[in-house]
Amino acid sequence: MSARTQTLTAPAWLGTLSRIALFLLRSPTSAFGLLVLALLIVSALFAPLIATHDPYVQNLANTLKAPGNGHLFGTDELGRDIFSRLIFGARITLSIIFLVSIIVGPIGLGIGATSGYLGGKVDMVMMRITDIFLSFPSLILSLAFVAALGPSLNNAIIAIALTAWPPIARLARAEAMTVRSADYIAAARLQGASATRIIVKSIMPMCLPSVLIRLTLNMATVILTAAGLGFLGLGAQPPLPEWGAMIATGRRYMLDNWWLVTFPGLAILCVSLAFNLLGDGLRDALDPKQMNRR
Amino acid sequence: MSVSVDVRNLSITFGAGPTAVKVLPDVSFSVKPGECFGLVGESGSGKSTVLRCLSMLTDFWQGDILLDGQSVRQLPLIARCRMLQMVFQDPYGSLHPRQSVRTVLHEPLAIHGLDDREARMRRALTDVGLPVSFLDRFPHQLSGGQRQRIAIARALILEPSLLLLDEPTSALDVSVQAEILNLLQRLREERGFTYLLVTHDLAVVDHMCDRFAVMQRGEVTEILPREAIADNHASHPYARELIAASLAYEGVRPATARA
Repeated sequence: MSARTQTLTAPAWLGTLSRIALFLLRSPTSAFGLLVLALLIVSALFAPLIATHDPYVQNLANTLKAPGNGHLFGTDELGRDIFSRLIFGARITLSIIFLVSIIVGPIGLGIGATSGYLGGKVDMVMMRITDIFLSFPSLILSLAFVAALGPSLNNAIIAIALTAWPPIARLARAEAMTVRSADYIAAARLQGASATRIIVKSIMPMCLPSVLIRLTLNMATVILTAAGLGFLGLGAQPPLPEWGAMIATGRRYMLDNWWLVTFPGLAILCVSLAFNLLGDGLRDALDPKQMNRR
Repeated sequence: MSVSVDVRNLSITFGAGPTAVKVLPDVSFSVKPGECFGLVGESGSGKSTVLRCLSMLTDFWQGDILLDGQSVRQLPLIARCRMLQMVFQDPYGSLHPRQSVRTVLHEPLAIHGLDDREARMRRALTDVGLPVSFLDRFPHQLSGGQRQRIAIARALILEPSLLLLDEPTSALDVSVQAEILNLLQRLREERGFTYLLVTHDLAVVDHMCDRFAVMQRGEVTEILPREAIADNHASHPYARELIAASLAYEGVRPATARA
């Protein structure tokens, strides 16, 4: 029976995905977002093949060289190839985004859906906790957290995740509150479904589209916060080619050697812009009215 | 497998303090096993609230509701679910928009740990007159009548003995209404369910019910047998007025639901 279900549902699932991709490609802005995201993933996956130099090898005879002469984006103060460092930096950026989303999505969805469905005192307590986290400026909270635990990429990821879940929880709660009184929830209760089962099986699927959109839009903020922490020396540590850290070290040479900060800056700009545009496109693509029409 | 229903002095108040609203002041009626009992009345007369109290969807009522002599409050959840199920008014809102028919029918079986699931799901679908291939459809691929049949199948799959029908046809168009009513009628003849049917359409009562209660502002004004409709036997003025209005309306429109 399960084999039959698989063959029947798998193509439908793929069909939905390809329809969403097609919808995104139709508008130029979200197509740009998708393109940049694809570039980012490809360069992260095939970094060793794409990079022209080893990102960590120093060449003190060849420092601060302008773009050209075998170094597409020039070299930094230690003679490392900036293009190769950017390509390898894509891995770091992508893993930050991925890990933060993996942590933040389920936490936000879980807390939001639970408090929206249960309501009452549970809702009160959970939302006040969310308020506390919301009221901190996210960079400051991340700073405090990283300062307490010591600067490292992992701590930066945890710190960013800590500040990124409350808006998602809020969103999921609002969504859960609109569906909790629906007849299909009453029907599930009449079938004896436990609250956990209703939240996981009935409420969460309804919250998922808006949470996904919010997560995508959030990724731009995550990239910027990660770059900000890297810039302040509290994120990725020096030999790692993290974009924010690259700008931080390049800052000293900025006036004479513009390429040190320009290219990492452009990379950050492109990727965060791409995620914003993609999020906007997803909002249209996952709109329930649109979904029904397709 | 049918069950008797005894509602005694049911009352419920929404809200607290000075803004509290007493929706049902004092409702009592009883339904014999295998009977189809109708609840009629205008909008806001508390018909649906009675069903929600009976099914424990709202649980802060006072009074007694006995199913086969047992209080619904005392019944354990699992036993209660297998004894009573409900069919909702709007088939567009009572099916989860992202769950396939298979998921909808599979959930209750999984919750109650019943075996032989594939066969049960197929039988539930054939019972409501739908082809088995509908298992892999989603609600948006179904028409209103088909959705309501799925909702009935979902209620049937736990093999309850009491079905609460909350205006099961009012969101459907007339020809589909007749189909659904005939389906419910047939299921009752085959399985001997007890029905508690909420409606505001006396033609539906005439077609389906053995007896019915006329409700007004949360109170049962009068309990009448079906035969009372045709020659308006009601003694309470409101019930008389309601039946007279319905008869006048029927005169204009040929009795479609009775077809």
